Amino acid sequence: MRYLPLTDTDRAAMLDVIGAASVDDLFIDVPSEARLSGPVEGLPMHASEMAVERHMSALAGKNLSAGSAPFFLGAGAYRHHVPASVDHIIQRGEFLTAYTPYQPEIAQGTLQVLFEFQTQVARLFGTDIANASMYDGSTACWEAILMAARITRKDRAILSGGLHPHYGEVVRTMAKFTEDEIASLTCELTGEPDDAAVIAAIDEKTSCVVVQYPDILGRIPDLAAISEAAHAKGALVVAVVTEPVALGMIEAPGNLGADIVVGEGQSLGVGLQFGGPYLGLFGCREKFVRQMPGRLCGETVDAEGKRGFVLTLSTREQHIRREKATSNICTNSGLCALAFSIHLTLLGGNGLAQLAAVNHDRTQAVVERLTQIPGVSLLNDAYFNEVTLVLPGDAREVVRELADRKVLGGVSLGRLFPAQEDLHKGLLVAATETTTDEDIETLASELAAVLEGVPA
Amino acid sequence: MTRYFTEDHEWIEVEGDTGTVGITDYAQGQLGDITFVELPDAGATVAKGDSVSVVDSVKAASDVYTPVSGTVSDANGALADEPELVNTDAEKGGWLFRITLSDPAELEGLMDETAYKAFVETL
Repeated sequence: MRYLPLTDTDRAAMLDVIGAASVDDLFIDVPSEARLSGPVEGLPMHASEMAVERHMSALAGKNLSAGSAPFFLGAGAYRHHVPASVDHIIQRGEFLTAYTPYQPEIAQGTLQVLFEFQTQVARLFGTDIANASMYDGSTACWEAILMAARITRKDRAILSGGLHPHYGEVVRTMAKFTEDEIASLTCELTGEPDDAAVIAAIDEKTSCVVVQYPDILGRIPDLAAISEAAHAKGALVVAVVTEPVALGMIEAPGNLGADIVVGEGQSLGVGLQFGGPYLGLFGCREKFVRQMPGRLCGETVDAEGKRGFVLTLSTREQHIRREKATSNICTNSGLCALAFSIHLTLLGGNGLAQLAAVNHDRTQAVVERLTQIPGVSLLNDAYFNEVTLVLPGDAREVVRELADRKVLGGVSLGRLFPAQEDLHKGLLVAATETTTDEDIETLASELAAVLEGVPA
Repeated sequence: MTRYFTEDHEWIEVEGDTGTVGITDYAQGQLGDITFVELPDAGATVAKGDSVSVVDSVKAASDVYTPVSGTVSDANGALADEPELVNTDAEKGGWLFRITLSDPAELEGLMDETAYKAFVETL
């Protein structure tokens, strides 16, 4: 296959068209402190494989990983048990067809899985349709806001105070250059979610409200009430689900009036993986399909009348619509979507409901035990598998001391909302089917000791 | 009623100050099977040359430019369920939208049927 490299003349012509003086001009957004001007300090120019292995293992050994200590962290990524069979099945050859399946004749393996995946997501979310996945929950959230703006032709989005602050940051970063108005409500340390504030904020200029379900503090918003209020003013409801296992127990957002449902699929089939790659989920009403971003797989018949699958409605996408496309993203999270789909298939509907019940039961056990500790109280009126506990003092310090005692006790609200001192006594604690009675007892005794000032 | 044509393969049939706009049979043949048509809203004010409609086929999305300036009065609702009308009857039943002309003098710059046919021969 021939390779035709660029010449300096080619480069100069391209730079001239875009109005840049040199290639360096394309990197002006990178702060000078972050730029590299020579070899990395302390990194040898080469080392043997054995030496590299020894060094990296030593570094890894300094980590306290989720599997090796009592673990109660959540806040958008959850430690669930992914059965070994998932890893085995996703490596089957039938699934190893093109990652970019635009030629259906040689990609039926991938395409069939994506079709099944879409069906599962649509059912889980209670939406008519779902796409073949996005990068992660946070970017899916932004894409939903853009989509709502296109549909309603309005440009004001309201973000509930219960939306994960990282998702809010992604939205505000992307909106910086698009002229969309983002109204971010403040997170308050209350037992009930901020439904009333969300409803009060909706006006005729609102394109959508973005509500996380369950929310960042583990509370469960009343999506039906919010949907009624939003629709009355011509606004759409975007529901954000960061823990899909919750949908084994609480009502699907689509059935409560949500027009677009997005989420993070990491809980099923995909481990914590140090933060990624994760799996964006995206579903919506059928009447909005032409405004939906991402790949969409459809079922059809071939020239001989046999069932087959193809990517469809491609005129939404970048390679055809260019700057008028529904998104600048033209890929999906294929392997993670496959793992999600396999895991959910192995669970089935009943299995998912059982899994959800176990998650909630474990969380109840955590709450019962921890609220016995003087000074520790439960904030939430309702929860699924994650709660906010209110401690006597700054929770961030407590989390650090617990980590020193080899207990990963949760995510402090001080870490998620550093600027909001009124939240700093809050601690997010999550439990799943992997949480044992032993873990709970260890967390309880260490937390009690830390709060009393007893040395480790 | 007089029919005019553009080099972008739109036709406009004018009666009084109302024009009916569509794409030519030649254009629909070039596009292939049409799957969806995005139409302008009634009341939209447009200038000659603005993209006011998009015709989607399986592998392409083609802008349709209004041959004249004016206000869109209505669009062909039948295309929502039957976009293929643009393939089977591009120059009549597959019309796209109607427009009230604000400057009839703009029609002078357009081709008549003979000129358009000659133009297509050159492509």
